[in-house]
Amino acid sequence: MTSSLTDGAAPQPSAAAQPPTKNTEDTKGGKPGLFRLLLKDPFATVSALVLIFVGLTALIGPPLMGELATKQNLLFANKAPFTFAHGWEYFLGSDSLGRSMLARLVVASRTTLSVALPAVAIALLIGSLWGVWAGYHRGWRENVSMRIADVILSFPSLLLAVVVLYIFSPSAANIVLILALTRIPIYLRTARAESAELQSRTFVDAARTFGAKPNAIIVRHVIPVVLPTLLTLATLEFCAVMLAESSLSFLGIGIQPPDVSWGLMVSQGRQYLQTAWWLSIFPGVAIVITTIAANVLAAWLRIATDPAQRWRLALPRKRLIARIPVKEAKP
Amino acid sequence: MAEPLLTIEGLTKTFHVAKSASGNTKLKALDGISLTVGRGETLGLVGESGCGKSTLARTLMMLETPDEGTVSFEGTNPFGLRGKELLGWRRRVQMVFQDPFASLNARMSAGDIIAEPWATHRSLYPTSRERDARVRELLHMVGLRPSDARKSPQEFSGGQRQRIGIARALALNPDVIILDEPVSALDLSVQAQVLNLLNELQRELGVSYIFISHDLTVVRHVADRVAVMYLGRIIETGQTEEVFDHPRHPYTAALMSASPKLDVSGAKRDRIVLKGELPSPLDPPSGCRFRTRCWQAQDICAKVSPEPQVITAPDGRRHSAECHFPLDSLKGLTGAAASAL
Amino acid sequence: MKTAAEQAPATAAAHAGTSAAQAKAHDVVLQVQDLAVDIRTHRGTIRAVNSVAFEARAGETLALLGESGCGKSMTAKALAGIMDPVCDLADGQIVLNGTDLAALTPKERLKFAGPELGIVFQDALTALNPVYTVGTQLGEAFRIHRGLNAKQARLEAIDLMKRVGIPEPESRVNSYPHQFSGGMRQRILIAMAVALNPSLLIADEPTTALDVTVQAQIMQLLRTLREEGQMAVILITHDLAVVAEEADSVAVMYAGNVVESGPVAEVFADPRHPYTKGLLESVPVHLERGAELNSIPGSPPELHDIPPGCVYQSRCPMVQAICRAERPALRPVTPPVSGAGAADGAGLTPAQDSRAITPISAEGRPVRAAACHFSEEISNG
Repeated sequence: MTSSLTDGAAPQPSAAAQPPTKNTEDTKGGKPGLFRLLLKDPFATVSALVLIFVGLTALIGPPLMGELATKQNLLFANKAPFTFAHGWEYFLGSDSLGRSMLARLVVASRTTLSVALPAVAIALLIGSLWGVWAGYHRGWRENVSMRIADVILSFPSLLLAVVVLYIFSPSAANIVLILALTRIPIYLRTARAESAELQSRTFVDAARTFGAKPNAIIVRHVIPVVLPTLLTLATLEFCAVMLAESSLSFLGIGIQPPDVSWGLMVSQGRQYLQTAWWLSIFPGVAIVITTIAANVLAAWLRIATDPAQRWRLALPRKRLIARIPVKEAKP
Repeated sequence: MAEPLLTIEGLTKTFHVAKSASGNTKLKALDGISLTVGRGETLGLVGESGCGKSTLARTLMMLETPDEGTVSFEGTNPFGLRGKELLGWRRRVQMVFQDPFASLNARMSAGDIIAEPWATHRSLYPTSRERDARVRELLHMVGLRPSDARKSPQEFSGGQRQRIGIARALALNPDVIILDEPVSALDLSVQAQVLNLLNELQRELGVSYIFISHDLTVVRHVADRVAVMYLGRIIETGQTEEVFDHPRHPYTAALMSASPKLDVSGAKRDRIVLKGELPSPLDPPSGCRFRTRCWQAQDICAKVSPEPQVITAPDGRRHSAECHFPLDSLKGLTGAAASAL
Repeated sequence: MKTAAEQAPATAAAHAGTSAAQAKAHDVVLQVQDLAVDIRTHRGTIRAVNSVAFEARAGETLALLGESGCGKSMTAKALAGIMDPVCDLADGQIVLNGTDLAALTPKERLKFAGPELGIVFQDALTALNPVYTVGTQLGEAFRIHRGLNAKQARLEAIDLMKRVGIPEPESRVNSYPHQFSGGMRQRILIAMAVALNPSLLIADEPTTALDVTVQAQIMQLLRTLREEGQMAVILITHDLAVVAEEADSVAVMYAGNVVESGPVAEVFADPRHPYTKGLLESVPVHLERGAELNSIPGSPPELHDIPPGCVYQSRCPMVQAICRAERPALRPVTPPVSGAGAADGAGLTPAQDSRAITPISAEGRPVRAAACHFSEEISNG
């Protein structure tokens, strides 16, 4: 059928000039390695290393240092940090019971991640899918979803947590669920807004004209575009969830001692801020560093997965900001 | 005229909008549209923004559901079809969109974009080897290289993107392609390339086009027949030369006259410059929709909505216009105008 | 405020020696020479506009014709002094009524060029501020440059709205931009541009976003205003037909360079640059329906990738070795009748200097110029 046509069209490729190659590295090997692109950005590389370090600590730290974290030694109570005088385990100081801060931080990392990660993941999964679905279909589905989100958001989440965790036991699983539930609307709203905008785009219309089913369009066209935004949001939420967990601990319905989390350590150390600042500052710093690293990496990932923006990563950072020229007056 | 492949009759579409200044909430975007498209024919659809030509395209693609009217494609009415039969209709009518940037998903490669329809129509090219071969073939047909399949849309220029859009529309081997302003976003020199490609494809594949455009020069070049739309109605339709050279409806005449001409002789021509602007489709004028801007409007125009009058030219070409007082540049006027007075 | 208003005409007079308002028909109002604009980007500095030269005359329309990305809008912004922060005026003179705008400080330029130069943008909705009434926005120019108070400025605004044909100006002066239709908004924008009776009006694709019937109205309005005020109009467009109908002379731009200029009727009847010729042949007129159009192959070069030598070489059907080696300067071309004499100074001996030779007007008429090594051959073949 097309043999004669292809003959007719044959001169066209030569006639159509070479497409402008935006990024020579991009075009050569098909997709550029994400890894190589990562190494080009020092901030993202450091962030990735930090996250790997935190992850490994949570994974292999507790078996190694678990005993140390619970070992009380009143001789070494409330020792100031940054000295090897009391041995390496007290380099980051000790608490009022003489437990090693370093060991407690390491042990707490696992508890923290095992509460915050599932809570963020569950909220992200449910909130995003729900929001994308509601935004794509508009109409009553959207309205009902948004009202539900409003109700959850307007209800004081701490009160909800208190009620639920008093009725049920404050187990880790319950904490995860209640934290996830209160954070769902955040993803729901963002996903709905983006999806509602996307469903009116021309390429979505094009997919409809082939007869593609709504769910297929959502999977193929909506989610890949929305996902980077939601992932960035999730890293920000990571910080919020860790702090929420710490306030639950403060009320005595969060992580229960002798288990320990960074949030719990912050709240427990708060009363000693004037005498032993390191008790709450170190776990606080751990939360901040983890969150910032996750956030930087998410911001990078957002650009790296967007083919229209990927070229930005190949540039030196400072040059993106243009300065306003000041023209000298000529006599 | 060629044997009718697609027949549209009395298509009406009303949108409900938030309250307008006049308190009217009904926007009649299409008001009784009747058209036919023959096999291998190009129908030009001309009109200004807001006249309903894009709504008509979207309705034919079943992105909108009409309130009234039927579409018949070789005897079947697609509205009311479901499942497999509906997919069958969708396969035969495809669309090329105006904006070559917005209509391609930037996160997919050119090859994936062209192959996307087959994700829904799996039976067409069941194996991935067949699909790859067909993508290469389609790329070749639209004048791109097979190696372009792996590139993402932003590596292409506007004209090349539109070629990808055309390849995607061809992927399901349709009988009718709706071209919604396919070249208006392109530069002039590239526009000519794409028009040549469309002409060539039509010759080779025998596909019918519904060519929507506001550029009269382009429509005259590609269309066999042309339909002029104004405020949701088709006010004049006929063979392209007939409509362009002997417009019967004052609006058509004004449109032709207002469109700038590339005339190197430098002779100044008299132009009809219409007064005022397109009335809001929320509050269309009573009677004839064009009367508020028409220089020969009479009392009757405000009261009675004109019926289409078929005018037969001496050489047998037929041509219909919706006007009480069609411009009489030709003989063979019907007596309707006189009797209505 | 008052002193600024008084100073502006004084500066103008000092520089120019003539009163700008009393320009006679066909006087040169604006002369642009060797204009070059650089954009600073992540890929380094890009020359977006390169040695552009043209003249605009009172009561006449000069069209800057070109495809997207050819630098025509950048040129307009450079003339008006409203370039993006990443752009620099790298070279050239912009002589408006005898004053070189490029040599002025931004402050002096604002004082002088504000009343002398008006600009109309393509997108009337974004060019107007949605939170102020059109009366306020129209009156702004009078308050700043003439020191009028709000009441006087409002009266001037109503007067302006009458001039540009907006019905019922007394009541509509207090309306907001969104309450007007696209065509009416464009009229308001034109009114703002001509408020201070400028001697030069730059219209950047003024009708591209409008429907044909409204486009005809706006073009008619621009013509009327041009006649009334003896303004020089620079019309920036990509539409050949608009140029043919509206302009007296034309400068065709490609990849940041003027490749051909001269009176419209002559340029379109007898193009001397292969790009102009290719563009004219791309328009489907006087052709059998469905006949092959003479399209220009390929697409324009990216600005950061303009080859040395002729800017059009990659798409030119008659490209030679010399076109790749040397960039042809914009130089006067003679009418086809005296073709033998013209070949002496042209053809295969291109100018050493790659900068533009400004087309000099002869007896008050713009001279035809083209930037091609083989402009004579194009006319013959």
